[in-house]
Amino acid sequence: MQPVDPYPSDARLTEDGYAEPATGRILLIACGALAREILALRDANGWDHMDLHCLPAKLHLYPDKITPAVAAMVNERRADYARIFVVYADCGTGGALQAKCAELGVEMVAGPHCYAFFEGNEIFAARDEITAFYLTDFLVRQFDAFIWKPMGLDRHPELRDMMFGNYTKLVYQAQTDDPALRAKAEDCARRLGLDYEYRFTGYGDLETSLTRQATKA
Amino acid sequence: MSDDGDDIILSELDDEELVEQMWDDLYDGLKDEIVEGVNILLERGWAPYRVLTEALVGGMTIVGKDFRDGILFVPEVLLAANAMKAGMGILKPLLAETGAPRVGKMVIGTVKGDIHDIGKNLVGMMMEGAGFEVVDLGINNPVESYLEALETEKPDILGMSALLTTTMPYMKVVIDTLVEQGKRDDYIVLVGGAPLNEEFGKAIGADAYCRDAAVAVETAKELVGRRHNQGATG
Repeated sequence: MQPVDPYPSDARLTEDGYAEPATGRILLIACGALAREILALRDANGWDHMDLHCLPAKLHLYPDKITPAVAAMVNERRADYARIFVVYADCGTGGALQAKCAELGVEMVAGPHCYAFFEGNEIFAARDEITAFYLTDFLVRQFDAFIWKPMGLDRHPELRDMMFGNYTKLVYQAQTDDPALRAKAEDCARRLGLDYEYRFTGYGDLETSLTRQATKA
Repeated sequence: MSDDGDDIILSELDDEELVEQMWDDLYDGLKDEIVEGVNILLERGWAPYRVLTEALVGGMTIVGKDFRDGILFVPEVLLAANAMKAGMGILKPLLAETGAPRVGKMVIGTVKGDIHDIGKNLVGMMMEGAGFEVVDLGINNPVESYLEALETEKPDILGMSALLTTTMPYMKVVIDTLVEQGKRDDYIVLVGGAPLNEEFGKAIGADAYCRDAAVAVETAKELVGRRHNQGATG
């Protein structure tokens, strides 16, 4: 018998997001693509004073929608919490999310993308891998829903090299050590026509940031 | 756009119907049909420039508008662009021979550290369609590449593209270098890319931020026109 998955499904996190009722002191407003990692860290560390509200991960397909969506959620839920922490990186908003968070008086995770803070922002920047295409655990699991189909490659595979021709390798940054995900990531690389590299990152700067928020007075 | 394309014989359509059908075919990304349509119009005595502007650019303008309105998405736009490229492949040598009007010249490239070029390629293609000569520097361009190309090509416009928040500040490096060298006012500088916005364009000293390829063409035409007028009166 399959063990029961305690976390919301990836499909739900992609399409609808995930919201917990207000019971804690701190609210984490996060990208749906980070929900499972945040919940895993919370469970492992006993951070029961932190609630999670995830916006749909598919917002990433339209980065200009991320900042207004986060701002609306901060305004909607801030009365119920002593503090709100935004668990998004810049995510292609061109600094707009950082500016909005500063205006709203809330902190957010530092870094350009989740694949930068999983690796550690400084290490990621130092690698300077401009021809690498990154997948995280979430993105490996959601590869078809998040990449293959939205890019139209299910309908028009001939577009692959126009879209991915400048990349040379796919780097799977693993948050968990999962042989099935590793095999799937390798297959994703093959489908995109890219070399494959496996890199275990764990939770990187996500864990550091959340620990700081959890233990802050 | 059209569901009954299979039954249509392009050569049996009159000019007006054929052009409209080509707009549909471009919209649907039908490369072979576009090539056929271009050849038919040329055989009917249309000037290459007229085929380009009325049949191809006319169709891509509709594609661009629907992309902006969220009706079409990147894959469909790329297919349409591929179809247009196929048509352009036939017209380009003919345009050179027939001395089609040249609106201006643009040097365009993705900035250093960035390998993304879908948007840049679309802009380049639409600019060519609008009568601009386009020199494409490709991806990952350091400031030296831009400067060298500006010196060699002497364009009216410098276009820079970036998809990453981490690479878009490099546009300012290029513009600041132009300022330092006293060359900034020699060129119209247009910038674009998903994480950019108008405010950023202004902050780094660009002449304009262009949110998509159609806007880039309109902006380029307007600013080149204004510059020519200034030249004429000043």
